[in-house]
Amino acid sequence: MSVVATVLIGLGAGLVLLASIGVLRFPDVLTRANAASKATGLGLAVLLVGVAVEVGTPRGWTVLGLAVALQLVTTPVAGHVLARAAYRSGAPLWEGTRSDDLRGYYRTHPRLRDEVRPPAHDPGPGAA
Amino acid sequence: MTPLDLMLGALGLAFGLAMVRVLRGPTIADRALAGDVALYAVIGAVALLALRQDAPPFLDVVLVATLLGFLASVALSLLIGRERR
Repeated sequence: MSVVATVLIGLGAGLVLLASIGVLRFPDVLTRANAASKATGLGLAVLLVGVAVEVGTPRGWTVLGLAVALQLVTTPVAGHVLARAAYRSGAPLWEGTRSDDLRGYYRTHPRLRDEVRPPAHDPGPGAA
Repeated sequence: MTPLDLMLGALGLAFGLAMVRVLRGPTIADRALAGDVALYAVIGAVALLALRQDAPPFLDVVLVATLLGFLASVALSLLIGRERR
């Protein structure tokens, strides 16, 4: 393998590994979503570029370049949608959370969020 | 090709750690998220295997799996968002 490909693939695999460590160790859903979407998006893109460098054929560059472009476009969207759904479904936040700008804007799931959230019918700061 | 084997091992470890979170995760969103990370590890491993076995057709699998992963996580988020009613 060429040096460039080795470095790129190693960087990508390391980033995916870091993402999985973050998903395992972080305290709540939103921080895990942060770790997962950032590190896997960039990590997989870098890894695929490294594979394309090593394969080197026009077809390989086309397929992997398309995959990298789609990856870079779709990963942030998927992470955002998933984190938003998690917040709306009432996933408990980490007790060290300092700011929560969406607090009170959604009717949240009473079963999960009673200890962290205001009551379910709190109209929120924007409704006054 | 020792470095390639090492990187495959790193991706396998990433898959295992994400699977621990899938089994343990308190909410459905945690499981969906960790499953996503596990899928990305598998995609990377497929790309590296295509390199290792000198089998370029496997690269098409990478392209399709990328799109499927996006669709899967959007569909799962729709399901999770509906859970609150």
